Amino acid sequence: MSPLWNLVRTFVFISLVAIGGANAVLPEIHRQVVDIQSWMNDETFASLFSIAQAAPGPNVLIVSLIGWYVAGLPGLAIATASVIFPSCFLAFFAGRFLTRHAEKEWLRRIKVALVPIAIGLMLAGGVVMARAADRAALPVTITAAAAAVVVFSNRNPIWVLAAAAAIAVIARHSGVSA
Amino acid sequence: MCALERGEHPPRYALFLGFLKIGLLGFGGVAAWAYRVIVMERRWLSDAEYAALLGTSQVLPGANTLNAAVMIGDRFRGPSGAVVAVLGLMTMPLAIVVAIGTVFEQIKAVPDVRAAIDGVAMAAAGVVIGMALRMARRLRLDWAAVLFGGAIFVAVGIFQVSLVRAVLVLGSLSIAAAYFRKGA
Repeated sequence: MSPLWNLVRTFVFISLVAIGGANAVLPEIHRQVVDIQSWMNDETFASLFSIAQAAPGPNVLIVSLIGWYVAGLPGLAIATASVIFPSCFLAFFAGRFLTRHAEKEWLRRIKVALVPIAIGLMLAGGVVMARAADRAALPVTITAAAAAVVVFSNRNPIWVLAAAAAIAVIARHSGVSA
Repeated sequence: MCALERGEHPPRYALFLGFLKIGLLGFGGVAAWAYRVIVMERRWLSDAEYAALLGTSQVLPGANTLNAAVMIGDRFRGPSGAVVAVLGLMTMPLAIVVAIGTVFEQIKAVPDVRAAIDGVAMAAAGVVIGMALRMARRLRLDWAAVLFGGAIFVAVGIFQVSLVRAVLVLGSLSIAAAYFRKGA
């Protein structure tokens, strides 16, 4: 079977089970890509994952990179489309359903009930990201300071990211463990 | 007042540019930037509308912000709006990931580059936490919302319970509670 078709099959499946986004199904992606399809070894997978993390954008980029690694630019296009389309279709119809029935009391209550879930998960995502960096004093301070700036000022967070990059580089040169 | 409440429909190029910005700046994931651009800068949705939409996006499969892009694009400009929103969100990250992938082997050995990437990752985590707290503060949640939001945070963020399981259990409980509460 052609590698492109295998990319389609693998990532359409991933797309439809990925509740919580790509990071939630990362173990499953790893199982499919390394164990079942044998497209790459663990080291390459880890390397692609760090590239996806370093780049801005949604975490599904890991899938684009896998496609690229397996079959070049066509692979990137096919893998990206396969992982995006099915879930986007679902979202499209879910969105229409929500709009059409916006006046219904039961639906309004469900939406209200999902609000704290959304906030709790976003908070958890931030903490999981913070834990992925290690627990030395500097990372914790940078994370806490960044959170504080966002909560207490309307300043664009891009300055926070830029400052953090500069601080980490300076800290490395002055011997503070980052 | 947000565009949705005013009955305004941002043009397609504005949707494209808004999501382009979210994708371009979304280091460490796009959740925080999506909130900033959609609610704080462009005022397309109110805090409450955005949080509800995000909640829906999270219980559906797929990347949250992609789902949100599809729903927002469609709500303002129909299917073509959904398409431009998704294209806007994906264009820059794909270009950047290809660029980084091409030079990654060479630059990952440079210690300053590593340090800068780590620094951005630490701050990006803080930005996400800050945006979540900001949203929580503005929504004036009642006790049940604080309870369920806190529970799913502890389950997923601290105890690392599988996200699917946590969403199914706590999401259903939260919906059940909202259903039985009078006049929610």
